[in-house]
Amino acid sequence: MTRAEAIAAELLAGMQGAGAQPVAADILQPAETLLDLYGEDIRARAYVTHDPALGEMMLRPDFTVPVVQAHMRDGAEPARYCYSGPVFRKQERAAGRAREYLQVGYEVFARNDPARADAEVFALFARLLAGHDLRPVTGDIGILKAAVLGLETSARRKAALMRHIWRPKRFRALLERMGGHGPLADARAELVAQLRASPAQSQVQEAGQMVGLRSEEEIRARIASLLEDAETPAIPREQVLALEGLLSLAAPARQGLAEMRAQNWAALTPALDRLEARLDALDEAGIDSTSLPFEASFGRTTMEYYDGFVFGFVSARDDLPPVASGGRYDALTAVLGQGRAIPAVGGVIRPETLAALEAAR
Amino acid sequence: MSLKLGVPSKGRLMEKTFDWFAEHGLTLRRTGEAREYAGAVVGMDGVELVLLSASEIPRELAAGRIHLGVTGSDLVREELSDWAAQVVELAPMGFGHADLIVAVPKAWVDVETLDDLDAVASAFRARHGFRLRIATKYHRLVRDYLRAHGVSDYQLVDSQGATEGTVKNLTAEAIADITSTGETLRANHLKILRDPPVHCSQATLFAARGADWADERDVLRGLVARLGLALPAELLREV
Repeated sequence: MTRAEAIAAELLAGMQGAGAQPVAADILQPAETLLDLYGEDIRARAYVTHDPALGEMMLRPDFTVPVVQAHMRDGAEPARYCYSGPVFRKQERAAGRAREYLQVGYEVFARNDPARADAEVFALFARLLAGHDLRPVTGDIGILKAAVLGLETSARRKAALMRHIWRPKRFRALLERMGGHGPLADARAELVAQLRASPAQSQVQEAGQMVGLRSEEEIRARIASLLEDAETPAIPREQVLALEGLLSLAAPARQGLAEMRAQNWAALTPALDRLEARLDALDEAGIDSTSLPFEASFGRTTMEYYDGFVFGFVSARDDLPPVASGGRYDALTAVLGQGRAIPAVGGVIRPETLAALEAAR
Repeated sequence: MSLKLGVPSKGRLMEKTFDWFAEHGLTLRRTGEAREYAGAVVGMDGVELVLLSASEIPRELAAGRIHLGVTGSDLVREELSDWAAQVVELAPMGFGHADLIVAVPKAWVDVETLDDLDAVASAFRARHGFRLRIATKYHRLVRDYLRAHGVSDYQLVDSQGATEGTVKNLTAEAIADITSTGETLRANHLKILRDPPVHCSQATLFAARGADWADERDVLRGLVARLGLALPAELLREV
């Protein structure tokens, strides 16, 4: 048994001790589900293979999807699961990060008291990782979502921003366009001027033969929405600045909460109440929330399913991946459950990274 | 041992490659009978000409089976992961120009940019229940490009030829393909998005980092000097 495997066994035992039921998952997963969830980018990150009968399959890039699916199929509520096994990630560089590595994970599915469930997972990870010199970091995608929903703008624009919360560069470009600035705003103004020049119907007809599945009706619907959007006032500068300020917030959690409260941004209040309830629950679980690092943008660039509390445990070694990461993914269970949803929070630990840190000591 | 130079074995790409070397003071010629894939470098010892399909040259460079090779810059970027770690560009050759572009139906008067394409992909998925399909054979280049521009809710479908026809045939909503004049796109009722192309390709002389250079250093220096090229410092260290 390698050191990493021994660490994985200890972690798994610790999770079982916390009441989790061990579960297994197939290494071969249907590609379609993962592609629908993560989009085409997952092809660059997961190994794709082909089964003669079942079609495209992927070597599991993580356990979350199969564990959620298993729970949605036949899980009792509330439920706690743990697992341990290899996951597989493609690397572009020959000397890149590990292509195959262990993940030990813990997931909680519970309808009541999300703050307590968040705190339970974080406190368990903090306890399991206590012997290592790691820096915890936390964030909250729910606050970002509340901020977007609180902007003074159309539902369409809010939805467009929400769709790209996990792509910071694109999000910023959209925000800039909706504020009436930048290259995207110029291109959009040009397009709108073109579309205003004559009725939609004649434009489509003059453009030539209709080809493809996207129908004339769909094109006209978007033209209508573009023209309507052009009448929507720009998102006020001070709101863009407030949102950008929020995105760059990094402070100890209690102080961060106070700073966000001080903004008097009414739309944030419910999300900040949830953050406060979580910090209270963390305190109760023995985590000092006055010193716990909080970064509002943390978790935005990971695979896009976390939608509330997010956390990580990182070492000082920047050549190593984070030791642990996790968060709340309520929306993912709705997608995988085809309408049936259950609030869920969990995280994973990478035993190889812990072993590498140990070896360097 | 000799320094192996891989060049395209057929057609205009081969002719242009021979012309380029001739203009740079080195005569390449085919030997044997017309259909035999054999060639020679005239008046330069220690250089062996290897005639290969242009599409195989990236792979041969990566494996180090040839030291130098002429192929499209698009093929190297598409076929080699982390290409710059595997090959070095010695010279862009000024022919074989083609742009890898994204094109959509001309009838999409509401779409001019990737920003529009992304919005349409979202609406398309909501309406049709699957991700908007983009037909291409340049999976890596196109995926990296769309990711860099934050386009979501699309899928790449493989098309190894007649890609411009996939939209009309209802197997894709948009395409990403190589074009030089745009003629075929227009004939198939497609238009190019206004954003900068995915990649502007041209025939390029590459050197393989992973080839065995131990006995070829002097030949390489001689060859590069003859062609009037500078040897990149990074390659100089490696060879």
